[in-house]
Amino acid sequence: MAEATQESSRKVADQGRHQTGGTGRPEQAVGTHRSEWARKPSGPESAEESTPRRVRRIPGARPALGAVVPLILLLAWWLVTDVFGLFSSVQLPAPQDVVAAGVELHERGELGQHIAISVQRVLLGFGIGAVLGLAIGSLLGLSRIADTLLQPTIGAFRAVPSLAWVPLLILWMGIYEDSKVTLIAIGAFFPVFTAVYSALRHVDPHLVEAGRAFGLHGVRLLTTVQLPAVVPSVFSGLRLALAQAWLFLVAAELIASSMGLGFVLTDSQNTGRTDRLLLAIILLAVIGKITDALLGLVERRALTSWA
Amino acid sequence: MTTSASALATPRAERASDAESPAARPAATTGSARRSLPVDLRAVGRRFGERTVLRDVDVALRPGEVVAVLGASGCGKSTLLRAVGGLDAGHDGRVLIDGDPVRPFDERTAVGFQEPRLLPWRSIRRNVALGLPRGVSRAEGRDRVDELLRLVGLAEHAELRPREISGGMAQRASLARALARRPGVLLLDEPFGALDALTRLKMQDLLLDVHAQTCTTVLLVTHDVDEALQLADRILLLGADPHEEPEPAREGATVSRLLDVPGERPRDRASAELATLRGELLAGLGVDAHEH
Repeated sequence: MAEATQESSRKVADQGRHQTGGTGRPEQAVGTHRSEWARKPSGPESAEESTPRRVRRIPGARPALGAVVPLILLLAWWLVTDVFGLFSSVQLPAPQDVVAAGVELHERGELGQHIAISVQRVLLGFGIGAVLGLAIGSLLGLSRIADTLLQPTIGAFRAVPSLAWVPLLILWMGIYEDSKVTLIAIGAFFPVFTAVYSALRHVDPHLVEAGRAFGLHGVRLLTTVQLPAVVPSVFSGLRLALAQAWLFLVAAELIASSMGLGFVLTDSQNTGRTDRLLLAIILLAVIGKITDALLGLVERRALTSWA
Repeated sequence: MTTSASALATPRAERASDAESPAARPAATTGSARRSLPVDLRAVGRRFGERTVLRDVDVALRPGEVVAVLGASGCGKSTLLRAVGGLDAGHDGRVLIDGDPVRPFDERTAVGFQEPRLLPWRSIRRNVALGLPRGVSRAEGRDRVDELLRLVGLAEHAELRPREISGGMAQRASLARALARRPGVLLLDEPFGALDALTRLKMQDLLLDVHAQTCTTVLLVTHDVDEALQLADRILLLGADPHEEPEPAREGATVSRLLDVPGERPRDRASAELATLRGELLAGLGVDAHEH
């Protein structure tokens, strides 16, 4: 039985290695960059300019290079644990043990649930926080009156370390989904709000004046000049907010939860399952990177048409 | 194209007359509504807090003429131009365009700024289209933009973004955008100031071509005496009041001199007559002309 499990776990370990190292985060990230490069010189006239670059680039070279460091780390991890046995399995379990832990959780039908509930919380919280951040950031960025009226209040709320809300949120909303999603929304709100607000404040006044001089005002000025000008800042705010959302997810789940990746972390700590602990960390890295890369794809499309 | 051809064929006087009031609105039809409007400045001044920058500017621009505003740095040249374009509501006195007071961001005027101020996320074509007045049909707008891109020599580069073209090309795009409004008064605020010397000369020739085709009234702010001599019918020198010589009694620049520039354009850049005038203007600007 034990032998059989080890045998199968080794196989899975190979697959897992391939997945996490090869196709997981590096390709997502590198893929984004590569296409960004290829697209940068837009318009037909610049085609000749970009041709030499295209010739120089070996297809797939960038994803392959991006995978080098993760593979080396994986190899080193495997060497110090499985091959040389420098650490006990409680200190640092071997990679295949971590994969085995994942398979075990999956077979019990829990892994998918943990991932799904965490992703759901992040997406909901991020969505709510980002929409509110965009709306309130635009309002304060464009209206002097709203700015004078609300900026001190929002500034004070921002000064509160967001985790300080946790006890209050639990008191008000209980330990269920609402309090977690709210906390994540708070975490996602401020980066978006700050980015939109300050970007709108700093839209080149020359461009705005030129827009006005050519007869634009009100909504048309907003959609023609001001909003396109802040698109790059808005996206950097959104990406920051997404990272914050994951941060606050773990915080919320560490404090009180019975499901989710943060729960796997605390639960494994309490039961001494370092393999599961590492599994949760790796899953957070991979899923976090995937969501960021997806947002990066949207960003790239937005930037090619607006920046 | 028929519109530009007929515009070219129309004598200046006729064009001035079809610019009479209601017709002076941006024409929504494809008519050859090349417009040139008179501008009347009456006791125009501007104070910023306690400081008076400009005062008592009285000058009348005739329809279709090119007037260059010369003056030392910071003497209120741009301030004067902004008052005429309705970009600055804080001025004193009255600015009348075609007899009516100037409105905020007046649609009868168009401004070419010192910086091109193109929207970086739009192609050159769409930046030029930004200048089209409202109410122009899609097809007509496209035709007009195409025509203007050809006029300023950017037809080949219409799909590029502003960051992909040179400073001179960006300034030409900015000029095309201003012309897309068919302005009765074209206001240019040191439009070639940031360009290299050679590009600047080419741009001056381009502006003369454009003026020959559109015949719009041009108010050109510049610090370049040669540019003013090359382009203008008249030169307005801003500075101390000549009636208060030798000591200016009050703060703020006003009309120091208003000179006619002799000769038909394009003028010989090396002519002796212009050299004399250049010496006078430089002296008026407080620069020693180093004459031998």
